[in-house]
Amino acid sequence: MAGIFWAFVKKEFFHILRDRRTLFIMLGMPFALVLLFGYAVTTDFKHASVAVFDQSRDAWSQRLVARIQAGGYFSLAAEVDDIASVERLFRQGRIKMAVVIPPHFGESLMQCERVPLQLLTDGSEPNIATTLVSYFNDISMRFLDELARANGTELQPLISLEPRMVYNPALKSVFMFVPGVIAVVLMLISAMLTSLSIAREKERGTLNLLLISPLPPLLIIIGKVLPYVLLSFFNALAIIGMGMGVFGMRMLGSWPFLLLSCLLFIVTALSLGLFISTRVQTQQTAMFASLMGLMLPTVLLSGYIFPIESMPLPLQVVSNVTPAKWFIILLKGIMLKGAGLEVLWLPVVVLCGMALFFLLISWKNFKLHVE
Amino acid sequence: MPIEADNLVKRYGDLTAVDRVSLRVADGEIFGLTGPDGAGKSSLFRMLTTLVRPDEGSGRVAGFDIRTDYLEIRKRIGYMPDVFSLYEDLSVRENLHFFARVFGVRVKENYHLIREVYEPLKPFERRRAGKLSGGMKQKLALACALIHQPEALFLDEPTTGVDAVSRKEFWDILYRIRARGVAILVATPYMDEAARCDRLGLMQDGRLMVQGAPQELIAQYPHHLYAFRAHQAYRYLELLRRHPRVHRAVLAGEAVHVSSLAPLDPEDMRQYLREAGIMDFAFEPAAPDIEDVFIALVDQQQPQTQEA
Repeated sequence: MAGIFWAFVKKEFFHILRDRRTLFIMLGMPFALVLLFGYAVTTDFKHASVAVFDQSRDAWSQRLVARIQAGGYFSLAAEVDDIASVERLFRQGRIKMAVVIPPHFGESLMQCERVPLQLLTDGSEPNIATTLVSYFNDISMRFLDELARANGTELQPLISLEPRMVYNPALKSVFMFVPGVIAVVLMLISAMLTSLSIAREKERGTLNLLLISPLPPLLIIIGKVLPYVLLSFFNALAIIGMGMGVFGMRMLGSWPFLLLSCLLFIVTALSLGLFISTRVQTQQTAMFASLMGLMLPTVLLSGYIFPIESMPLPLQVVSNVTPAKWFIILLKGIMLKGAGLEVLWLPVVVLCGMALFFLLISWKNFKLHVE
Repeated sequence: MPIEADNLVKRYGDLTAVDRVSLRVADGEIFGLTGPDGAGKSSLFRMLTTLVRPDEGSGRVAGFDIRTDYLEIRKRIGYMPDVFSLYEDLSVRENLHFFARVFGVRVKENYHLIREVYEPLKPFERRRAGKLSGGMKQKLALACALIHQPEALFLDEPTTGVDAVSRKEFWDILYRIRARGVAILVATPYMDEAARCDRLGLMQDGRLMVQGAPQELIAQYPHHLYAFRAHQAYRYLELLRRHPRVHRAVLAGEAVHVSSLAPLDPEDMRQYLREAGIMDFAFEPAAPDIEDVFIALVDQQQPQTQEA
């Protein structure tokens, strides 16, 4: 039996290695996605256009504006006199950020009051926006140093930054992208490629030959999906590794818990792939079903790109049946917060339930006879 | 009997794909099934190979019930489906070894079973199955179906899309397999192949209308048959059909086979043709072949099941 099983796994690897499309999705896609998102996050900005709405126009506010221009990160696109102009500039796409300096800026600073400084960024490009805010933060810190030295005091006046994103106020952490990419890649490989490969055997009639062989169907299925499980797992590790190594993703939680979570999601995705493949006859319908039924929800409803909190209520409800949503919660909890099972039991239970449910249905649907 | 079917019925919705078909194939016998596309041949194959369950009737293959003991049957049969069903992205060798493993045998141990089929493929062992010619694909499929020493072989239109030379080679190989005592059920759309079977069944609309040795079937031909030969004989089909005593005129190769319900006087027919302006032709009584028998049976539209 072990020999037969090995023959199956070997055969499946041949299929994967000899099909360029599959190979690209398997090996190219994860890296392409990580680099794409990573690049968007870590882009160094040179001369990002900034508008300043200086309501104070005193010596200190002028020095701050000079500082903003000095670093080379920002270039002053316009000095405006009202907030409406800021909005107009944003709409025209001429600025990436606006700084609103309150009245009596210098005066307040001298009196060591907390001075609220408003930053407006374009939330439709959240990654850029976040980076800009952190750059500006740097600049304001240095400005404060300078101020402190000028005053000759130990007491540092405070500027409190109030960054606000226009268009996308509920933006979450940039660390979203690593769990999101893992979810997408695992869905692609475990669900889509598996359903495609089974549909291909149906389409070409080879599944019939396997079915009338003396092999137990369970062995046929496991032999078929195991290579995909292995490759999915390898990809998950690679993405986590790249996220940590290249982009400074934090990993605070337990490694075994993280790896088991990835495995759980792989099995869930696999059960969905199997479910699809028991229902379709051709690769085309398998592709369509997994794109519409799995990939779209994974990308759109999981909170990966669009925050769930800002969805309309019906979609928020629908997002609960998206396995990726629970996986992303799980992954973020483990990696960024270091949470354990006592906190994250709900996503684990939900994913287990989904996997079990679809495995059972697929098992019932997978016939020894083809009707 | 390695292959037995008793009143098998398979329905797909309103369509009765197989309608009360009974047949027997003995050890070392080639049973041919012929009939137009959609006659139910493939459905019958799928029931006997245990891929689909029959709606009614019963069947036994290699001594096991096709409803209950299908796992036992699956170990003991070889099946070539009606479309090429091997892995096109695997090489010839990889396909063979994979299917050998699936059936729990080793190529080395069972090579003698497939030698005559596989030997011509040897030089192309490393070629992907998808890049083989039709004839070679079919040999590979047969090798994969034979490697585990099946007691019964089910070949569903194995020679469709294969050139004439390869078809002849294929049948030579089938005869050698038959000599080893394997029961072979083969579907074919080619009447010349049908004539090479030990026994033959004609299927139409799900029914097995008649079965028997090809010669017996020919002997049952109910009409009178004549052959019309001329340059571009097909141009005179309509003319022949217009004759009041002609029952049917159909193309048979280069000639036209003309049938009538009562004997014709060939000389009358020649006269009729000459009057129509045809000069250089021949019109002679002819011996019916399997195709003529089949056409006559379809015409009668009165299916009859005969035990041969």
